[in-house]
Order: sequence, then C-alpha cells, then structure tokens
Amino acid sequence: MDKIEEGLLRGILSFYHGNRSDLIPILLEVQAKFSYLPEETTQQIASFLNITEGELHSVASFYNQFRLTPVGRHRLTVCRGTACHIHGAPQILSELEKAVGIKEGETTPDLEYTLESVACIGCCALAPCMKVNDNVHGEMTPQKTGELFSVLNTGEQGVR
Amino acid sequence: MSDRQHPLLVCHGTGCISGGAEQVYSSLVEEIDKLNLGESIKIKRTGCHGFCQRGPLVIVEPEGIFYSKVVPGDIPDITQSLLPERRHIERLLYYDSVIKRPIPHYHDIPFYYKQQRTVLRNCGNIDPEDINDYLAVGGYQALHKAISEMTPEQIIDEVRSSGLRGLGGAGFPTGRKWESCQRARGDEKYVICNADEGDPGAFQDRSTLEGDPHSVLEGMIIAGYAIGAKRGFIYARAEYPLAVKRLRIAISQAREKGFLGEDILGSGFDFDIEIFQGAGAFVCGESTALVLSIEGERGMPKPQPRPRTSEVGLWGKPTLLNNVKTFANVPLIIAHGSGWFASRGTKNSKGTAIFSLTGKVVNSGLIEVPMGIRLREIIYDIGGGIPEGRAFKAVQTGGPSGGCLPGEFLNMPVDFDTLTTVGSMMGSGGIVVLDQDICVVEVARYFLDFTQRESCGQCMPCRVGTKQMLDILEGITRREGRPGDIDLLLELGEAVARTSLCALGQSAPNPVLTTIRYFRDEYEAHINKKQCPSGACHAYL
Repeated sequence: MDKIEEGLLRGILSFYHGNRSDLIPILLEVQAKFSYLPEETTQQIASFLNITEGELHSVASFYNQFRLTPVGRHRLTVCRGTACHIHGAPQILSELEKAVGIKEGETTPDLEYTLESVACIGCCALAPCMKVNDNVHGEMTPQKTGELFSVLNTGEQGVR
Repeated sequence: MSDRQHPLLVCHGTGCISGGAEQVYSSLVEEIDKLNLGESIKIKRTGCHGFCQRGPLVIVEPEGIFYSKVVPGDIPDITQSLLPERRHIERLLYYDSVIKRPIPHYHDIPFYYKQQRTVLRNCGNIDPEDINDYLAVGGYQALHKAISEMTPEQIIDEVRSSGLRGLGGAGFPTGRKWESCQRARGDEKYVICNADEGDPGAFQDRSTLEGDPHSVLEGMIIAGYAIGAKRGFIYARAEYPLAVKRLRIAISQAREKGFLGEDILGSGFDFDIEIFQGAGAFVCGESTALVLSIEGERGMPKPQPRPRTSEVGLWGKPTLLNNVKTFANVPLIIAHGSGWFASRGTKNSKGTAIFSLTGKVVNSGLIEVPMGIRLREIIYDIGGGIPEGRAFKAVQTGGPSGGCLPGEFLNMPVDFDTLTTVGSMMGSGGIVVLDQDICVVEVARYFLDFTQRESCGQCMPCRVGTKQMLDILEGITRREGRPGDIDLLLELGEAVARTSLCALGQSAPNPVLTTIRYFRDEYEAHINKKQCPSGACHAYL
C-alpha cells in the first residue's frame, strides 16, 4: 500500500469507533474506495477492530459483495434473477464470456474487465438486464451485448 | 398559454433511469427554460410509477396523460402539447392491442385501473428527494396524531385491529409482534426495517424506498414510539444504491424538520434512524441472521428453540423487525383508522399486496392490488396476458421459497393463506409468469441453484440436501436423468423441508415439489422419453 492508500484507509477508519459492528460498514467502504479488499487493508482493519484476520475473512467470505482480488475498470455484471433467467440471461452471460474472453468471476489480466453475475438487481421488468459498473442496461439481447462490449472496447464516449 | 400549472412527472425509478430518464429530464428542463415556461410548468422527478417496462415515463398532470418510452428527441413535442391548443402525442401513448387504439390517460390503462395503489399512492407522484412534497400530501400527519393524541397501547391496538400482517413473506400479525416487543423488558429497544430484498424477481421494496422513503421512515418512527425504542436501523440491500441514496436524503430532511432526532415534535420522544448496508446474503432475510449481520458477524440463523427477536434481538435487546411494506402501511392505518384498513382484503389477509409482476407477460412492473384478487386478474387484466400468442404454462409466486402453479389455480384468490394450501406462497411478492416455452424442470433447477448457493452451510440438511437435489436436477436437464430420480427428489425434498434449521432450507424444496406435483409428466418425459416438452433444455435439441 502506498502513502496515499494508507491515508485513504486511515481516513475511513477515523469515522469508526472500533466496535465489532463496524466491520461490515468498514469493509464496504474500503471496497468502494479500493474496488476490492487488499490484504494490507484487511490486516489493518482486523487490528483496528481487535479481531484476528481469520475472523475478518470468515465474515468477508460469507457475503457475496466482498472481493479479495482486484476488479477491472469495467465491471460487467449480468443479472441472473428469475425474470432475467427466463428471458435469456444465460445467453447474455455466454455472449459476454465469448466477447471478453474470460469466464464468470474472472478479471482480464490487464484489469480492464471483470465479468460477474448477481442474484438480482431488481430491474425485472426490463429483463434481461446487466450492469456496466453501476449503470443498468435493460432488455439485452446477445446482439446488443456484443455491440455494448465493442463500444466499451473502443473506448467510445457515451457508454456509461 | 394556459394559466393552469402542469406538473410534469418524469419517473426516476431504477428502471426508467436505465432507459435514459435522466437525459429526458435534463432535455425537458432545457426546453422549458428556452421557451420561458418555467412559470406554468413544474417538472418533477418522481420514484417508480410502476410500469417499468414502458419507461422512461413522462406523465402530464393533472390529467394524467401517460407518455411512455420517451427519448430526449420527444421533448419539443411534449412541451408543445402543453400549449392551450394541445393535442396528445399519439406515438408516445400506450397502445391497447385489445381495443386497438391508444389510451391517453393512465387511469384508463388496464395495467393501472385494476390496481388499488394505496401504499404506493405517492410512488411516481411525489419527488422522493423533497420532504415538502411528502408533507404536501399529508405526510407525517399520522406521526403527529400518534404522538400527540395516542398512547403507545392505543397505537398497538390500532395496528392489531387493522389485521395488518408482515409483508416480508411470513405474514405474522404485526400488532402481536409490536405488543410482544413493547412488553419485553429491556433498557434499550430497537426498530429494524428489513430492506434486504433478496428474492430474485422481486423489486417492490426497492421501488417503495426509492419512490416514497418518508412513508417507511414515518412508519418506523411510529413503531419506535409505540414500543419504546430510541434507535432504528434500515437494513438495506447492497445492490440498491439509489434506494440508499434517497433514504439518506430523506433521513437528513426528516431530522431538519424535527421528525427524527431528539424531542420529536416537542413530545420528549427521541428517535433516530441509521442505514445499515447489507453485503449480499439471502439468508439475512431471516431475523436472527440479519441481527448477527448488523453485529458484524456471519449471518447464520440461530437454531431453535430460541427466544423471539422481539424479545432478544440486536445486541441482546428487544428488537422489532418488520419489512419495508409493513412499515409503509402504518401511517395509513394511523391516519385513516384500523376499520378503513380492514375493510379491504380477505377475512385473514387485510389491505393490499404489492407484487413485482414479471416474466412472460405483456405488461410487467410494480403493482398493488387488494388481497384476495385472483391470479387470473393479475396476469390477464393487469398483465395483459402472455405475449406473442404463446400459451400460459405456470405462475411462480414466492420466489425461491414458493412454487409453480398451473392454470387450474388461476381463479385462486391471492392472499397469505390460500397459496400455501397448494404448495406455494405469497412470499415477499414476486410473481413470475411462465409460458409454453419455459421448461419447469429447468426452472426448478434454477431455483435450487439459487438456494444452494445461498445456503449458509450451517446445517446439514440444507447444505448437503440442496446440493444433492441440484445435482439430480442438473442431470435431468442435461439428458442424464435416471429412473427413480423423481422419487429421490421427493424423498430428499421432504427431508430438507422437515429438518432444515431455518426457513431458507425448509422452503427450498418448494419449487421442486410443486413442479413434480403439477408437471410430473414433464419430468417423466425428460427421464423416460429423453424429451424436453417445451424445447428449452439444450441437451435435448
């Protein structure tokens, strides 16, 4: 962790008292800043909360949100909610796997893309949908998926 | 120029935003500015109006003219249409394929007119980021009434006699829960709003929070006053960033106005609300797991027998835990009285139910209907039936804990109790319609895949049982089904349901058991004839 990152982490921790119930909020906040939970941060968080790293990891690994490896600049999240599933979410996912060249749960070595799925993002009326970072794209088709990816890949402006 | 004020409502629910509602809004602001119409036209960003599938939505009030699938290029026409000689913009209206003409007013659109939007009355009509909008429609008057005219006992009595039941899925009588929490001894008590809507295929809690956050806060404050709590928490799902953002704004505005904080409305009653963001675990919908999660632990349900959360909950203190929609009903009950509330619905399920209507249905979105409405009315009248001339196959209610019901149950009234008699449940409110192209075996596999992933792993029947069931179902959908699989699924399902520690495991077999019960021939076709009757399973193509 460099100086800036250390400052970031200290800044986050300064808002907490060090109670056990601060653990999940801290992890979420650290992840929001760092995009994942780097090992150096988890060591410091554990010592701040006076728990072992093992305890921290038992919590971090329990919840779907937490990631222990870096994520790509573009996080592609395919919804696998019920409505999305029956409207063809599996095809959207496999189209993306083909286009990006990685499997669900993986990140490209250049840290450009992470491909993941989520239980439901609650946009069921626009099924099937996916997210690029925090922006929802609804009524996807394999063709639209391919187009979206190629626009992202050429770095064109306008795609969020 | 007409001298009447036209509020123009631009839906800003997650669905409409994803379709470009923010761009529509900014073009509208620019255009109104350019034409200098700011005096007569007030533009408002609202929460979810319900008809997400047709978004982005722009609604011209007071008439209620409903423009759907609006893009920024439509804005000049919309502003022109507000001039005195105005005409409706036909291409943006809802086109009804039954009567074969466009319908200008949303009250006349079948999707809306069978609904009874009471809890959702403000969703899509007020600006959720402006407390003054909520106050203008009578917001926080119930809190005034509760604090200044009623004792905690009277409030609990009112809630009990309204017949309100928990809308998170279990349907436990709300008044009884409040009473037990009020009576429990404890120097501190807590109120928790469960907004961890984890069911795939359900978004009614998210929409309520996004569209009308203050009604939920108001319900929680009244609950805090009734049970004697000073702190409240909203356990919000991590995947709902917009709901969390609007809640934060709502909480800070409520504090400024004196509805939260110390000495609320000069009554001496202190209460404040914090947001706790969940980190993604379906099992945290279970009360003891949710409480552990706030405490910073793995969210694993505590084994029975154990005291109720209303007696021993967060940090060992009495804790009142209700769902978003349950709290949103409370201000209505206090304001209009329990009699008014109980006058709608069925004998044992009062009031309304909010559903996410999705799947293979013409109109999908967020709906609110009286309890006791028939499935047929929901699917065919509100939902407009099955698209593209396909045939109805089944309706899935209750998400991963519910079941798939065939056409013979379409006339069944929907409430807490009837659906459970046929193996499904109302659950938290997802209704997914399946058509002839959907394979029910594959759907059962889908739900088991979900519950198996979400099983916390603590008890053996759920951890191992759901995995075994999933393996069998995957085998069947992969063309590797064996004779005896159906009996094995039934046996395993029964064991998992009977012996799992919490409701996640106890209800996990429901999608499998109901599909076997009502669609056994499809399972048999896969296994014995090596056919997938709906043509959905790739291995059979």
